[in-house]
Amino acid sequence: MYDVYKIREDFPVFKNTNTIYLDNAATTYKPQSVINAVTNYLSKETANSGRGDYHDAYLVDKKLDDTRELVKDFIGAKLASEIIFTQGTTMSLNIVAFSFGHHFLHKGDEILLSIAEHASNTLPWFEIAKEVGAEVILMPLSEDGYITPEIVKEHLTPRTKIVAITHVSNVLGYVNDVKTIAEVVHANGSLIVVDGAQSVPHLKIDVQDMDIDFLAFSGHKMLAPTGIGVLYGKKALLDVMPPFLSGGGMNLSYTTDCDITFMKVPEKFEAGTLNIEAIYGLHAALTYINELGIENIAKHEYNLKQYALEKLRKLDHIIIYNEDAPTGIITFNVRGVYAQDAATYFNSKNIAVRSGQHCAKLLKHYLNELGTVRASIYLYTTKEDIDAFVEAAKTAEDFLDAYF
Amino acid sequence: MPTFNKELMRATILAHYENPYHKETPQNPGEFMQMHLNSSGCIDDFTLYLKVVNDIVEVGYFDGFGCTISVASTSILLEMIEGMKIDDVLLIIAEYHKMLNNETFDESLLNEAIVFANTMKQPSRIRCATIGWDGVKELILQHQKKEQ
Repeated sequence: MYDVYKIREDFPVFKNTNTIYLDNAATTYKPQSVINAVTNYLSKETANSGRGDYHDAYLVDKKLDDTRELVKDFIGAKLASEIIFTQGTTMSLNIVAFSFGHHFLHKGDEILLSIAEHASNTLPWFEIAKEVGAEVILMPLSEDGYITPEIVKEHLTPRTKIVAITHVSNVLGYVNDVKTIAEVVHANGSLIVVDGAQSVPHLKIDVQDMDIDFLAFSGHKMLAPTGIGVLYGKKALLDVMPPFLSGGGMNLSYTTDCDITFMKVPEKFEAGTLNIEAIYGLHAALTYINELGIENIAKHEYNLKQYALEKLRKLDHIIIYNEDAPTGIITFNVRGVYAQDAATYFNSKNIAVRSGQHCAKLLKHYLNELGTVRASIYLYTTKEDIDAFVEAAKTAEDFLDAYF
Repeated sequence: MPTFNKELMRATILAHYENPYHKETPQNPGEFMQMHLNSSGCIDDFTLYLKVVNDIVEVGYFDGFGCTISVASTSILLEMIEGMKIDDVLLIIAEYHKMLNNETFDESLLNEAIVFANTMKQPSRIRCATIGWDGVKELILQHQKKEQ
Protein backbone atom coordinates (compact mmCIF):
# COMPACT_ATOMS: atom_id res chain seq x y z
CA MET A 1 0.00 0.00 0.00
CA TYR A 2 1.49 3.35 -1.11
CA ASP A 3 1.04 5.75 1.81
CA VAL A 4 2.22 9.17 0.68
CA TYR A 5 1.64 10.75 4.10
CA LYS A 6 3.86 8.17 5.74
CA ILE A 7 6.47 8.73 3.02
CA ARG A 8 6.46 12.47 3.76
CA GLU A 9 7.45 11.75 7.34
CA ASP A 10 10.79 10.51 5.97
CA PHE A 11 11.55 13.97 4.52
CA PRO A 12 12.63 16.52 7.14
CA VAL A 13 12.21 19.41 4.70
CA PHE A 14 8.44 19.15 5.04
CA LYS A 15 8.78 20.05 8.72
CA ASN A 16 10.90 23.08 7.90
CA THR A 17 9.06 24.72 5.01
CA ASN A 18 5.52 25.48 3.92
CA THR A 19 6.53 25.55 0.27
CA ILE A 20 4.29 23.47 -1.95
CA TYR A 21 7.04 22.03 -4.04
CA LEU A 22 6.14 21.30 -7.65
CA ASP A 23 9.57 21.71 -9.25
CA ASN A 24 10.65 18.10 -8.94
CA ALA A 25 11.86 17.90 -12.53
CA ALA A 26 14.52 20.42 -11.47
CA THR A 27 15.60 18.70 -8.27
CA THR A 28 14.00 16.68 -5.46
CA TYR A 29 13.81 16.78 -1.68
CA LYS A 30 15.98 14.31 0.27
CA PRO A 31 14.82 11.72 2.80
CA GLN A 32 16.47 11.47 6.22
CA SER A 33 18.17 8.22 5.19
CA VAL A 34 20.08 10.06 2.45
CA ILE A 35 21.05 12.86 4.82
CA ASN A 36 22.19 10.26 7.35
CA ALA A 37 24.27 8.46 4.75
CA VAL A 38 26.08 11.68 3.79
CA THR A 39 26.60 12.56 7.45
CA ASN A 40 27.83 9.07 8.14
CA TYR A 41 30.63 9.48 5.62
CA LEU A 42 31.50 12.96 6.83
CA SER A 43 31.42 12.16 10.53
CA LYS A 44 32.27 8.48 10.87
CA GLU A 45 34.12 6.84 8.02
CA THR A 46 35.94 9.61 6.16
CA ALA A 47 38.70 8.41 3.84
CA ASN A 48 39.58 8.75 0.19
CA SER A 49 38.67 5.95 -2.15
CA GLY A 50 40.90 3.65 -4.13
CA ARG A 51 44.21 4.45 -2.51
CA GLY A 52 44.22 3.61 1.20
CA ASP A 53 45.48 0.53 3.05
CA TYR A 54 43.54 1.10 6.24
CA HIS A 55 40.19 -0.01 7.53
CA ASP A 56 38.16 3.18 6.90
CA ALA A 57 39.47 3.39 3.34
CA TYR A 58 38.36 -0.18 2.85
CA LEU A 59 34.85 0.73 4.05
CA VAL A 60 34.71 3.62 1.58
CA ASP A 61 35.86 1.42 -1.30
CA LYS A 62 33.28 -1.17 -0.36
CA LYS A 63 30.52 1.45 -0.34
CA LEU A 64 31.57 2.59 -3.81
CA ASP A 65 31.50 -0.99 -5.07
CA ASP A 66 28.12 -1.59 -3.44
CA THR A 67 26.72 1.58 -4.97
CA ARG A 68 27.96 0.60 -8.41
CA GLU A 69 26.19 -2.75 -7.99
CA LEU A 70 23.03 -1.01 -6.86
CA VAL A 71 23.07 1.32 -9.88
CA LYS A 72 23.83 -1.61 -12.18
CA ASP A 73 20.76 -3.50 -10.95
CA PHE A 74 18.62 -0.37 -10.91
CA ILE A 75 19.09 0.23 -14.65
CA GLY A 76 19.51 -3.41 -15.67
CA ALA A 77 23.16 -3.17 -16.75
CA LYS A 78 25.23 -6.29 -17.23
CA LEU A 79 28.39 -5.24 -15.40
CA ALA A 80 29.19 -2.92 -12.50
CA SER A 81 32.20 -1.70 -14.49
CA GLU A 82 29.78 -0.15 -16.97
CA ILE A 83 28.73 2.35 -14.28
CA ILE A 84 30.84 5.53 -14.20
CA PHE A 85 30.34 8.08 -11.43
CA THR A 86 30.19 11.65 -12.72
CA GLN A 87 29.01 15.05 -11.48
CA GLY A 88 25.65 14.61 -13.14
CA THR A 89 23.89 14.25 -16.46
CA THR A 90 25.71 17.19 -18.02
CA MET A 91 29.14 15.73 -17.25
CA SER A 92 28.01 12.27 -18.39
CA LEU A 93 26.87 13.62 -21.76
CA ASN A 94 30.04 15.69 -22.14
CA ILE A 95 32.15 12.57 -21.57
CA VAL A 96 30.31 10.73 -24.33
CA ALA A 97 30.36 13.67 -26.74
CA PHE A 98 34.03 14.53 -26.31
CA SER A 99 35.65 11.21 -25.47
CA PHE A 100 33.67 9.17 -27.93
CA GLY A 101 33.52 12.06 -30.38
CA HIS A 102 37.25 12.71 -30.48
CA HIS A 103 37.94 9.10 -31.18
CA PHE A 104 35.13 8.12 -33.55
CA LEU A 105 33.67 11.19 -35.20
CA HIS A 106 35.19 12.45 -38.41
CA LYS A 107 34.60 15.13 -40.96
CA GLY A 108 31.26 14.64 -42.68
CA ASP A 109 29.78 12.35 -40.02
CA GLU A 110 26.31 13.17 -38.75
CA ILE A 111 25.02 13.50 -35.20
CA LEU A 112 21.25 13.22 -34.91
CA LEU A 113 19.46 15.11 -32.11
CA SER A 114 15.87 16.20 -31.53
CA ILE A 115 14.62 19.74 -30.94
CA ALA A 116 13.32 18.62 -27.54
CA GLU A 117 16.81 18.05 -26.12
CA HIS A 118 18.00 19.84 -23.01
CA ALA A 119 21.00 22.12 -23.55
CA SER A 120 23.21 19.43 -21.96
CA ASN A 121 22.33 17.00 -24.74
CA THR A 122 22.69 19.65 -27.43
CA LEU A 123 25.63 21.97 -26.80
CA PRO A 124 28.33 19.29 -26.27
CA TRP A 125 27.35 17.88 -29.66
CA PHE A 126 27.46 21.33 -31.27
CA GLU A 127 30.97 21.76 -29.85
CA ILE A 128 32.40 18.41 -30.90
CA ALA A 129 30.77 18.74 -34.32
CA LYS A 130 32.54 22.07 -34.84
CA GLU A 131 35.81 20.58 -33.68
CA VAL A 132 35.86 17.52 -35.94
CA GLY A 133 33.83 18.90 -38.85
CA ALA A 134 30.80 16.69 -38.25
CA GLU A 135 27.25 17.89 -38.84
CA VAL A 136 24.43 18.13 -36.29
CA ILE A 137 21.02 17.20 -37.69
CA LEU A 138 18.01 18.33 -35.64
CA MET A 139 14.89 16.19 -35.84
CA PRO A 140 11.43 17.71 -35.33
CA LEU A 141 8.89 16.05 -33.05
CA SER A 142 5.73 14.29 -34.17
CA GLU A 143 2.57 16.36 -34.06
CA ASP A 144 1.76 14.92 -30.65
CA GLY A 145 5.19 15.70 -29.21
CA TYR A 146 7.15 12.47 -29.57
CA ILE A 147 10.46 11.41 -31.04
CA THR A 148 9.18 8.38 -32.96
CA PRO A 149 11.12 5.50 -34.54
CA GLU A 150 9.69 6.65 -37.90
CA ILE A 151 11.07 10.17 -37.52
CA VAL A 152 14.46 8.80 -36.48
CA LYS A 153 14.46 6.43 -39.46
CA GLU A 154 13.69 9.27 -41.87
CA HIS A 155 16.68 11.23 -40.62
CA LEU A 156 19.24 8.41 -40.51
CA THR A 157 21.79 8.33 -43.29
CA PRO A 158 24.86 6.18 -43.92
CA ARG A 159 26.83 9.05 -42.30
CA THR A 160 24.88 9.03 -39.01
CA LYS A 161 27.30 7.94 -36.30
CA ILE A 162 25.37 8.90 -33.17
CA VAL A 163 21.74 9.47 -32.25
CA ALA A 164 21.41 11.35 -28.94
CA ILE A 165 17.87 11.70 -27.61
CA THR A 166 15.99 12.22 -24.41
CA HIS A 167 13.99 9.36 -22.94
CA VAL A 168 11.48 11.72 -21.29
CA SER A 169 11.35 15.38 -22.34
CA ASN A 170 11.92 17.72 -19.40
CA VAL A 171 9.37 20.13 -20.86
CA LEU A 172 6.69 17.86 -22.29
CA GLY A 173 7.01 14.70 -20.20
CA TYR A 174 6.38 12.35 -23.11
CA VAL A 175 8.09 8.94 -22.90
CA ASN A 176 9.84 8.13 -26.15
CA ASP A 177 9.95 4.52 -27.33
CA VAL A 178 13.68 4.20 -26.83
CA LYS A 179 13.68 0.42 -27.32
CA THR A 180 12.26 0.56 -30.85
CA ILE A 181 14.34 3.64 -31.67
CA ALA A 182 17.48 1.74 -30.57
CA GLU A 183 16.59 -1.08 -33.01
CA VAL A 184 16.24 1.40 -35.87
CA VAL A 185 19.48 3.15 -34.91
CA HIS A 186 21.45 -0.10 -34.63
CA ALA A 187 20.07 -1.40 -37.93
CA ASN A 188 21.71 1.67 -39.47
CA GLY A 189 25.01 0.83 -37.79
CA SER A 190 24.77 3.92 -35.53
CA LEU A 191 24.90 4.27 -31.74
CA ILE A 192 22.26 5.59 -29.37
CA VAL A 193 22.91 7.94 -26.45
CA VAL A 194 19.95 8.39 -24.07
CA ASP A 195 19.43 11.33 -21.72
CA GLY A 196 17.73 9.64 -18.77
CA ALA A 197 17.65 12.64 -16.41
CA GLN A 198 13.84 12.72 -16.43
CA SER A 199 13.20 8.99 -16.86
CA VAL A 200 15.49 7.10 -14.50
CA PRO A 201 13.95 8.73 -11.36
CA HIS A 202 10.43 7.86 -12.48
CA LEU A 203 10.32 4.76 -14.69
CA LYS A 204 11.70 1.23 -14.74
CA ILE A 205 14.73 1.24 -17.02
CA ASP A 206 16.46 -1.80 -18.45
CA VAL A 207 19.43 -0.78 -20.58
CA GLN A 208 20.01 -4.33 -21.81
CA ASP A 209 16.40 -4.91 -22.83
CA MET A 210 16.26 -1.49 -24.49
CA ASP A 211 19.74 -2.07 -25.96
CA ILE A 212 20.94 1.44 -25.07
CA ASP A 213 24.61 2.19 -25.81
CA PHE A 214 24.97 5.12 -23.38
CA LEU A 215 22.66 6.39 -20.65
CA ALA A 216 23.18 9.54 -18.58
CA PHE A 217 21.33 10.59 -15.43
CA SER A 218 21.63 12.64 -12.22
CA GLY A 219 21.30 11.65 -8.58
CA HIS A 220 19.77 14.88 -7.32
CA LYS A 221 16.61 14.40 -9.38
CA MET A 222 16.04 11.11 -7.53
CA LEU A 223 16.54 11.92 -3.82
CA ALA A 224 20.36 11.88 -3.83
CA PRO A 225 22.60 14.92 -3.23
CA THR A 226 23.67 17.27 -6.01
CA GLY A 227 27.00 16.66 -7.67
CA ILE A 228 26.62 12.96 -8.35
CA GLY A 229 25.46 11.36 -11.56
CA VAL A 230 26.05 8.32 -13.69
CA LEU A 231 27.21 7.50 -17.16
CA TYR A 232 26.31 4.00 -18.25
CA GLY A 233 28.07 2.71 -21.34
CA LYS A 234 28.41 -0.71 -22.92
CA LYS A 235 31.75 -2.08 -21.80
CA ALA A 236 33.03 -2.74 -25.32
CA LEU A 237 32.49 0.94 -26.15
CA LEU A 238 33.94 2.32 -22.92
CA ASP A 239 37.00 0.10 -23.34
CA VAL A 240 38.02 1.75 -26.60
CA MET A 241 37.19 5.34 -25.62
CA PRO A 242 40.01 7.61 -24.46
CA PRO A 243 39.69 9.17 -20.99
CA PHE A 244 37.91 12.51 -20.69
CA LEU A 245 39.93 13.85 -17.75
CA SER A 246 43.42 12.78 -16.77
CA GLY A 247 45.09 12.72 -13.39
CA GLY A 248 45.13 10.64 -10.24
CA GLY A 249 43.02 7.54 -9.88
CA MET A 250 42.82 6.80 -13.59
CA ASN A 251 46.37 5.74 -14.49
CA LEU A 252 48.37 2.60 -13.71
CA SER A 253 51.76 4.07 -14.60
CA TYR A 254 53.50 6.75 -16.62
CA THR A 255 57.02 7.40 -17.75
CA THR A 256 59.40 10.27 -18.46
CA ASP A 257 58.52 9.79 -22.15
CA CYS A 258 54.94 10.90 -21.38
CA ASP A 259 53.73 7.36 -21.89
CA ILE A 260 50.59 6.67 -19.80
CA THR A 261 48.99 3.33 -19.03
CA PHE A 262 45.36 3.89 -18.10
CA MET A 263 43.34 1.93 -15.60
CA LYS A 264 40.44 -0.10 -16.87
CA VAL A 265 36.83 1.11 -16.89
CA PRO A 266 35.21 2.54 -14.87
CA GLU A 267 38.28 4.08 -13.17
CA LYS A 268 39.66 5.28 -16.51
CA PHE A 269 36.84 7.85 -16.53
CA GLU A 270 37.00 8.80 -12.85
CA ALA A 271 40.10 10.99 -12.56
CA GLY A 272 40.47 12.89 -9.30
CA THR A 273 38.64 12.37 -6.04
CA LEU A 274 35.02 11.41 -6.48
CA ASN A 275 32.12 13.11 -4.69
CA ILE A 276 32.21 10.34 -2.11
CA GLU A 277 29.62 11.69 0.32
CA ALA A 278 27.20 12.10 -2.55
CA ILE A 279 27.84 8.48 -3.57
CA TYR A 280 26.90 7.46 -0.02
CA GLY A 281 23.75 9.53 -0.53
CA LEU A 282 23.05 7.92 -3.90
CA HIS A 283 23.31 4.50 -2.28
CA ALA A 284 20.68 5.46 0.30
CA ALA A 285 18.48 7.11 -2.34
CA LEU A 286 18.40 4.03 -4.56
CA THR A 287 17.73 1.85 -1.53
CA TYR A 288 14.80 4.11 -0.60
CA ILE A 289 13.35 4.02 -4.12
CA ASN A 290 13.79 0.25 -4.35
CA GLU A 291 11.85 -0.20 -1.12
CA LEU A 292 8.95 1.84 -2.48
CA GLY A 293 9.20 0.21 -5.89
CA ILE A 294 9.75 2.34 -8.99
CA GLU A 295 6.55 1.04 -10.61
CA ASN A 296 4.54 2.17 -7.56
CA ILE A 297 6.17 5.60 -7.78
CA ALA A 298 5.28 5.84 -11.48
CA LYS A 299 1.67 4.87 -10.71
CA HIS A 300 1.42 7.45 -7.92
CA GLU A 301 2.69 10.21 -10.21
CA TYR A 302 0.38 9.18 -13.03
CA ASN A 303 -2.69 9.12 -10.77
CA LEU A 304 -1.86 12.52 -9.31
CA LYS A 305 -1.38 14.02 -12.75
CA GLN A 306 -4.78 12.70 -13.83
CA TYR A 307 -6.27 14.16 -10.65
CA ALA A 308 -4.71 17.54 -11.44
CA LEU A 309 -5.81 17.46 -15.08
CA GLU A 310 -9.42 16.73 -14.17
CA LYS A 311 -9.48 19.93 -12.15
CA LEU A 312 -7.38 22.08 -14.49
CA ARG A 313 -9.54 21.20 -17.51
CA LYS A 314 -12.40 23.04 -15.85
CA LEU A 315 -10.39 26.28 -15.92
CA ASP A 316 -10.80 27.96 -19.30
CA HIS A 317 -7.82 30.25 -18.82
CA ILE A 318 -5.32 27.41 -18.24
CA ILE A 319 -3.76 26.10 -21.46
CA ILE A 320 -2.17 22.67 -21.02
CA TYR A 321 0.38 21.52 -23.59
CA ASN A 322 0.91 17.90 -22.60
CA GLU A 323 -2.33 16.44 -21.25
CA ASP A 324 -1.64 12.93 -22.50
CA ALA A 325 1.98 12.70 -21.28
CA PRO A 326 2.07 9.75 -18.87
CA THR A 327 4.64 11.23 -16.49
CA GLY A 328 4.25 13.74 -13.66
CA ILE A 329 5.06 16.87 -15.68
CA ILE A 330 2.30 19.42 -16.36
CA THR A 331 3.31 22.11 -18.86
CA PHE A 332 0.92 25.02 -19.14
CA ASN A 333 0.33 28.72 -19.49
CA VAL A 334 -2.23 31.08 -18.04
CA ARG A 335 -3.99 32.65 -21.03
CA GLY A 336 -2.63 36.12 -21.70
CA VAL A 337 -0.07 35.94 -18.90
CA TYR A 338 3.68 35.80 -19.51
CA ALA A 339 5.06 32.54 -18.05
CA GLN A 340 7.41 34.31 -15.64
CA ASP A 341 4.57 36.44 -14.31
CA ALA A 342 2.48 33.33 -13.70
CA ALA A 343 5.32 31.61 -11.84
CA THR A 344 5.82 34.71 -9.67
CA TYR A 345 2.12 34.64 -8.88
CA PHE A 346 2.29 30.98 -7.83
CA ASN A 347 5.29 31.89 -5.68
CA SER A 348 3.20 34.50 -3.90
CA LYS A 349 0.91 31.60 -2.97
CA ASN A 350 3.90 29.57 -1.73
CA ILE A 351 3.82 27.25 -4.70
CA ALA A 352 7.12 26.45 -6.38
CA VAL A 353 6.79 26.01 -10.14
CA ARG A 354 9.23 26.86 -12.88
CA SER A 355 8.82 29.07 -15.91
CA GLY A 356 10.79 29.76 -19.04
CA GLN A 357 12.18 27.49 -21.69
CA HIS A 358 13.45 24.90 -19.20
CA CYS A 359 16.88 24.73 -20.87
CA ALA A 360 15.34 23.28 -24.05
CA LYS A 361 15.64 26.40 -26.15
CA LEU A 362 14.87 24.83 -29.52
CA LEU A 363 11.53 23.41 -28.39
CA LYS A 364 9.82 26.78 -28.79
CA HIS A 365 9.60 25.95 -32.49
CA TYR A 366 7.28 23.07 -31.56
CA LEU A 367 5.30 24.81 -28.83
CA ASN A 368 5.03 28.17 -30.59
CA GLU A 369 5.37 29.76 -27.18
CA LEU A 370 8.24 31.84 -25.83
CA GLY A 371 7.93 30.23 -22.46
CA THR A 372 5.78 27.88 -20.42
CA VAL A 373 5.14 27.13 -16.76
CA ARG A 374 6.00 23.65 -15.53
CA ALA A 375 4.63 21.88 -12.47
CA SER A 376 6.28 18.54 -11.77
CA ILE A 377 5.31 15.82 -9.32
CA TYR A 378 7.35 13.28 -7.38
CA LEU A 379 6.85 10.37 -5.06
CA TYR A 380 5.90 12.54 -2.06
CA THR A 381 3.47 14.92 -3.82
CA THR A 382 -0.05 14.80 -2.35
CA LYS A 383 -3.57 15.55 -3.54
CA GLU A 384 -3.49 18.50 -1.13
CA ASP A 385 -0.48 19.91 -3.00
CA ILE A 386 -2.44 19.62 -6.24
CA ASP A 387 -5.53 21.19 -4.63
CA ALA A 388 -3.50 24.22 -3.53
CA PHE A 389 -1.96 24.48 -6.99
CA VAL A 390 -5.36 24.34 -8.73
CA GLU A 391 -6.82 26.82 -6.25
CA ALA A 392 -4.05 29.29 -7.10
CA ALA A 393 -4.46 28.57 -10.81
CA LYS A 394 -8.10 29.63 -10.58
CA THR A 395 -7.14 33.24 -9.89
CA ALA A 396 -3.84 33.33 -11.80
CA GLU A 397 -5.15 35.87 -14.28
CA ASP A 398 -4.79 38.39 -11.42
CA PHE A 399 -1.05 37.76 -11.47
CA LEU A 400 -0.11 41.26 -10.34
CA ASP A 401 -1.57 40.39 -6.93
CA ALA A 402 1.85 38.88 -6.28
CA TYR A 403 3.12 42.42 -5.68
CA PHE A 404 0.23 43.77 -3.64
CA MET B 1 1.68 63.74 -9.49
CA PRO B 2 -1.21 61.62 -8.23
CA THR B 3 -0.97 59.65 -5.00
CA PHE B 4 -0.28 56.06 -5.90
CA ASN B 5 -2.57 53.72 -4.05
CA LYS B 6 -2.39 50.00 -4.79
CA GLU B 7 -5.07 50.09 -7.43
CA LEU B 8 -3.41 52.91 -9.33
CA MET B 9 -0.03 51.17 -9.05
CA ARG B 10 -1.50 48.01 -10.47
CA ALA B 11 -3.28 49.87 -13.26
CA THR B 12 -0.13 51.82 -14.13
CA ILE B 13 1.97 48.67 -14.43
CA LEU B 14 -0.65 46.99 -16.60
CA ALA B 15 -1.09 50.07 -18.79
CA HIS B 16 2.66 50.22 -19.47
CA TYR B 17 2.77 46.47 -20.11
CA GLU B 18 -0.15 46.47 -22.51
CA ASN B 19 0.79 49.69 -24.29
CA PRO B 20 4.49 50.17 -23.64
CA TYR B 21 6.16 53.44 -24.59
CA HIS B 22 8.44 53.25 -27.64
CA LYS B 23 8.53 49.45 -27.64
CA GLU B 24 9.73 49.08 -31.20
CA THR B 25 12.91 49.26 -33.20
CA PRO B 26 13.47 52.90 -34.22
CA GLN B 27 13.37 53.70 -37.94
CA ASN B 28 16.99 54.78 -37.96
CA PRO B 29 18.62 52.37 -35.46
CA GLY B 30 22.10 53.24 -36.70
CA GLU B 31 21.83 56.67 -35.06
CA PHE B 32 21.35 55.11 -31.62
CA MET B 33 23.59 53.61 -29.00
CA GLN B 34 22.41 50.03 -28.63
CA MET B 35 22.58 47.32 -26.05
CA HIS B 36 21.26 43.79 -25.79
CA LEU B 37 19.55 43.04 -22.46
CA ASN B 38 18.87 39.61 -21.03
CA SER B 39 19.00 37.83 -17.71
CA SER B 40 19.78 34.30 -16.61
CA GLY B 41 16.84 34.08 -14.23
CA CYS B 42 14.18 35.16 -16.69
CA ILE B 43 13.71 34.82 -20.45
CA ASP B 44 13.57 38.61 -20.85
CA ASP B 45 15.30 39.51 -24.09
CA PHE B 46 15.42 43.12 -25.29
CA THR B 47 17.44 45.45 -27.42
CA LEU B 48 17.69 48.94 -25.97
CA TYR B 49 18.20 52.04 -28.15
CA LEU B 50 19.25 55.39 -26.71
CA LYS B 51 20.11 58.67 -28.41
CA VAL B 52 22.07 61.21 -26.34
CA VAL B 53 22.79 64.64 -27.84
CA ASN B 54 24.72 67.34 -25.92
CA ASP B 55 24.42 65.33 -22.71
CA ILE B 56 20.65 65.21 -23.04
CA VAL B 57 18.63 62.06 -23.65
CA GLU B 58 16.84 62.88 -26.86
CA VAL B 59 14.89 59.65 -27.18
CA GLY B 60 14.95 55.94 -26.28
CA TYR B 61 13.33 52.78 -27.65
CA PHE B 62 13.30 49.11 -26.71
CA ASP B 63 12.27 46.00 -28.58
CA GLY B 64 11.98 42.29 -27.76
CA PHE B 65 10.00 40.38 -25.16
CA GLY B 66 9.85 40.15 -21.40
CA CYS B 67 7.64 39.82 -18.35
CA THR B 68 5.22 42.48 -17.12
CA ILE B 69 7.70 43.96 -14.70
CA SER B 70 10.56 44.26 -17.17
CA VAL B 71 8.41 45.71 -19.96
CA ALA B 72 6.51 48.15 -17.74
CA SER B 73 9.58 49.37 -15.87
CA THR B 74 11.56 49.99 -19.06
CA SER B 75 8.57 51.74 -20.63
CA ILE B 76 8.14 54.06 -17.64
CA LEU B 77 11.83 54.95 -17.64
CA LEU B 78 12.06 55.72 -21.35
CA GLU B 79 9.00 57.94 -21.21
CA MET B 80 10.24 59.77 -18.14
CA ILE B 81 13.81 60.56 -19.28
CA GLU B 82 13.07 61.97 -22.71
CA GLY B 83 14.64 65.44 -22.90
CA MET B 84 16.36 65.03 -19.53
CA LYS B 85 20.02 65.77 -18.72
CA ILE B 86 22.02 62.58 -18.35
CA ASP B 87 23.22 63.56 -14.87
CA ASP B 88 19.60 63.81 -13.73
CA VAL B 89 18.83 60.43 -15.31
CA LEU B 90 21.70 58.84 -13.39
CA LEU B 91 20.37 60.42 -10.20
CA ILE B 92 16.89 58.98 -10.78
CA ILE B 93 18.31 55.54 -11.50
CA ALA B 94 20.30 55.67 -8.25
CA GLU B 95 17.15 56.60 -6.27
CA TYR B 96 15.23 53.80 -7.98
CA HIS B 97 17.84 51.27 -6.86
CA LYS B 98 17.58 52.61 -3.31
CA MET B 99 13.83 52.03 -3.41
CA LEU B 100 14.27 48.44 -4.61
CA ASN B 101 16.88 47.81 -1.91
CA ASN B 102 14.43 49.02 0.71
CA GLU B 103 16.60 52.05 1.56
CA THR B 104 15.41 55.63 2.08
CA PHE B 105 14.83 57.30 -1.27
CA ASP B 106 13.57 60.56 -2.71
CA GLU B 107 10.06 59.75 -3.85
CA SER B 108 9.66 63.04 -5.71
CA LEU B 109 12.38 62.07 -8.20
CA LEU B 110 10.82 58.78 -9.21
CA ASN B 111 7.37 59.86 -10.42
CA GLU B 112 5.49 56.91 -11.87
CA ALA B 113 8.38 54.53 -11.18
CA ILE B 114 7.32 54.22 -7.55
CA VAL B 115 4.73 51.70 -8.73
CA PHE B 116 7.58 49.17 -8.46
CA ALA B 117 8.09 49.84 -4.75
CA ASN B 118 6.54 46.43 -4.04
CA THR B 119 8.93 44.48 -6.23
CA MET B 120 10.94 43.50 -3.17
CA LYS B 121 7.98 41.32 -2.19
CA GLN B 122 9.14 39.10 -5.05
CA PRO B 123 12.92 39.44 -4.85
CA SER B 124 13.47 37.10 -7.78
CA ARG B 125 11.87 39.79 -9.96
CA ILE B 126 14.11 42.69 -8.92
CA ARG B 127 16.35 41.92 -11.87
CA CYS B 128 13.27 42.33 -14.11
CA ALA B 129 12.49 45.72 -12.60
CA THR B 130 16.04 46.93 -13.23
CA ILE B 131 16.97 45.34 -16.55
CA GLY B 132 16.04 48.39 -18.65
CA TRP B 133 17.28 50.84 -16.01
CA ASP B 134 20.69 49.20 -15.78
CA GLY B 135 20.87 49.20 -19.57
CA VAL B 136 20.17 52.95 -19.78
CA LYS B 137 22.77 53.62 -17.09
CA GLU B 138 25.35 51.54 -18.93
CA LEU B 139 24.71 53.35 -22.21
CA ILE B 140 24.97 56.75 -20.52
CA LEU B 141 28.27 55.75 -18.93
CA GLN B 142 29.51 54.60 -22.33
CA HIS B 143 28.49 57.96 -23.77
CA GLN B 144 30.33 59.85 -21.01
CA LYS B 145 33.46 57.77 -21.56
CA LYS B 146 33.38 58.49 -25.27
CA GLU B 147 32.89 62.23 -24.70
CA GLN B 148 35.95 62.32 -22.45
